[in-house]
Amino acid sequence: MVDKSLELFDCGHRACGGCGPALLARLILKGTGENVIVVASTGCMEVFSTPYPETAWKVPWIHSLFENAAAVASGVEASLKHNNRTEKVVCICGDGATFDIGMLCISGAFERGHDITYICYDNEAYMNTGIQRSGATPYDASTTTSPAGRLSTGNSLPKKDLPPQILNAHGASYVATASVAYPMDVMKKVEKAVNTPGACYIQVHTPPCSTGWGGFDGSKTIEIAKQAIECGLWVNYEMENGELTAAKKVRRIPVETYLKAQKRFRHLFKPQAVTEEIAKIQAIADANAKKYGIDIERNE
Amino acid sequence: MMQIMEGSHAVAEAAKLCRPEVVSAYPITPQTHIVERLAEMVADGELDAEYLCVESELSALSVCLGSSAAGSRVYSATSSQGGLMLMAEVVFNVAGMRQPIVMSIANRALGAPLSIWNDQQDSISLRDAGWFHLYGEDVQEMTDQHFIAYKAAEQHDVLLPGFVCFDGFILSHTYEPVDIPTQEEIDAFLPPYVPYNKLDAKAPISMGMYAPPPDYYMEFRHETDQALQRAGAAISAAGKEFGEMFGRDYSGHTESYRMDDADVAFVALGSLCGTVKDAIDEMRADGIKAGLVKIRTFRPFPATEIARALAGVPKVAVLEKNISLGSAMKGAVGPEVKDAVTGTGIDVYSYVLGLGGRDIRKKDIRAIAALAEKGVGNTFYGLRTEVL
Ligand SMILES: Cc1ncc(C[n+]2csc(CCOP(=O)(O)OP(=O)(O)O)c2C)c(N)n1
Ligand SMILES: [Mg+2]
Repeated sequence: MVDKSLELFDCGHRACGGCGPALLARLILKGTGENVIVVASTGCMEVFSTPYPETAWKVPWIHSLFENAAAVASGVEASLKHNNRTEKVVCICGDGATFDIGMLCISGAFERGHDITYICYDNEAYMNTGIQRSGATPYDASTTTSPAGRLSTGNSLPKKDLPPQILNAHGASYVATASVAYPMDVMKKVEKAVNTPGACYIQVHTPPCSTGWGGFDGSKTIEIAKQAIECGLWVNYEMENGELTAAKKVRRIPVETYLKAQKRFRHLFKPQAVTEEIAKIQAIADANAKKYGIDIERNE
Repeated sequence: MMQIMEGSHAVAEAAKLCRPEVVSAYPITPQTHIVERLAEMVADGELDAEYLCVESELSALSVCLGSSAAGSRVYSATSSQGGLMLMAEVVFNVAGMRQPIVMSIANRALGAPLSIWNDQQDSISLRDAGWFHLYGEDVQEMTDQHFIAYKAAEQHDVLLPGFVCFDGFILSHTYEPVDIPTQEEIDAFLPPYVPYNKLDAKAPISMGMYAPPPDYYMEFRHETDQALQRAGAAISAAGKEFGEMFGRDYSGHTESYRMDDADVAFVALGSLCGTVKDAIDEMRADGIKAGLVKIRTFRPFPATEIARALAGVPKVAVLEKNISLGSAMKGAVGPEVKDAVTGTGIDVYSYVLGLGGRDIRKKDIRAIAALAEKGVGNTFYGLRTEVL
């Protein structure tokens, strides 16, 4: 067990108020403890946490490029292995770095089975460059490259189902999802992943990006994150050696509650409700609920 | 020990003798024989290294960056567009992060159109990336340059990566007699790598941080440039020490051949120098006073040394296996040579030749000397006008 009272992600960084990834960085390091090397990708977290000559990281940290964190981590791990060193290697990368541009390096690293834990902080768009869509952007979200308009209801593609369909399919030892809304769960999963041999993957929902998602106050981060889970658009689960072993059950609320609070979905409600689109998003939540069996039955 | 060996295998032997802890590369013609040979060495237990078969060149150099940052000596090798160009973003990054990685470049043309054959467009195109560039003329020289490269790169007042470049096929696939030092000899020349700093949980540092404008970025670039200038002295010192130990001196960034009293001088890099030397011998026999200044270190650019070597020579012909498309002199090396002799009245011309593996013969060298004498230059040489 690592000492959870250690604060290894320091204050003074430059994240926006209510930033989910900033909360997550602190939780991850509580899960790993001090004996870790962090590999970062280009994105908000890298920028807000390391404005030279200041750094928020009290553990060794390296950033190279947007797309190559998994390869850099492979190299770090190979060096540690060669020298019988004991540090854990943890990637902390954005959804753009993970779902899109870094896929090649991730595939290679997971195929080779390096003893690394890859954590994707999923704020569901390229926030650092001004809120462009990524493969993790949900259906119908309006972003600067998938704007809602006269002929568009926002992002036309559903969120890529990355953890099971790609990472688990690569034979990852441990695949999990988590949310900043449940800090103890995040720490527990991180600790489990870094202590599981081989390549492990955790995807953490870090809503909301009050800047990118908009429409709510920075103090509402946890509330919105919880709603994502309660409506079934985000599911917290674990997969071990290819099998689903746990999924957080909920008494589901309608997706509207979650969507309405965010500016990125405002076009679905104003000037009038676009019911068929809301129904499509509800169907995504229903499918998630069925796939992961998260609905609490009335008599449970 | 003197042996007959393929160039690629000699390079693999050199890499092995440098005891890299991590090797990561991706196959591309004409570099493949090097990485295949290293894989065999690891498989046979001859080389105790982590050998990572990665999924692309971008990953190969990224792996090397991670291992180097964690404190290991690393090795990679590549070539041309799919290789070096796919790595390009990491190439710049490695220099900025001051990791002393050594990478062999089996020089090859860049597409399109596709060509697997030799010119030097690949490494020349990355001349501004912050790596030092060594060019070998023959298998012995390119082999030895690997030892010198590690030694220079790892000096704490340098800490920069370096390319060891040699002509694809012409050198990589040619068998030549080569003296391969013993492990004991190389251990005496090249001590284990001592990182200046590294990723270490006992002494945490942040590497590759964000430099918010406008406070530090320019100073970082300045320091990298300063370090690359210092790499020149380190390469020279390592080349001298190597000469003392092995009898092959590489203290000069250039090598002059029959330059005394020359009326026309060639400047060239790599295997072409052999042809040029033979051509010079024939020209001299016919009363044409020609000489050669071979560039061994292209980055940092040895301007002073070149100016000294060319002093008093009226005409200089720079032979370029590259083209800086759209530039006035056409070749990328010519303008730097010209700059080195500014104000001396020496005429410097570039000749673009040998692209995509086009053969260069002694009579071509002779013809170029005649063009330079007439003041005709900054042009392609050897175009097949019948297909234009
Ligand atoms: C190869 C490359 N392409 C584009 C960029 C520009 N860029 C920097 S960060 C970024 C988006 C990062 O998105 P994500 O990984 O989701 O992290 P976030 O900023 O949302 O935290 C982009 C497109 C880059 N740095 N490198
Ligand atoms: Mg993002």
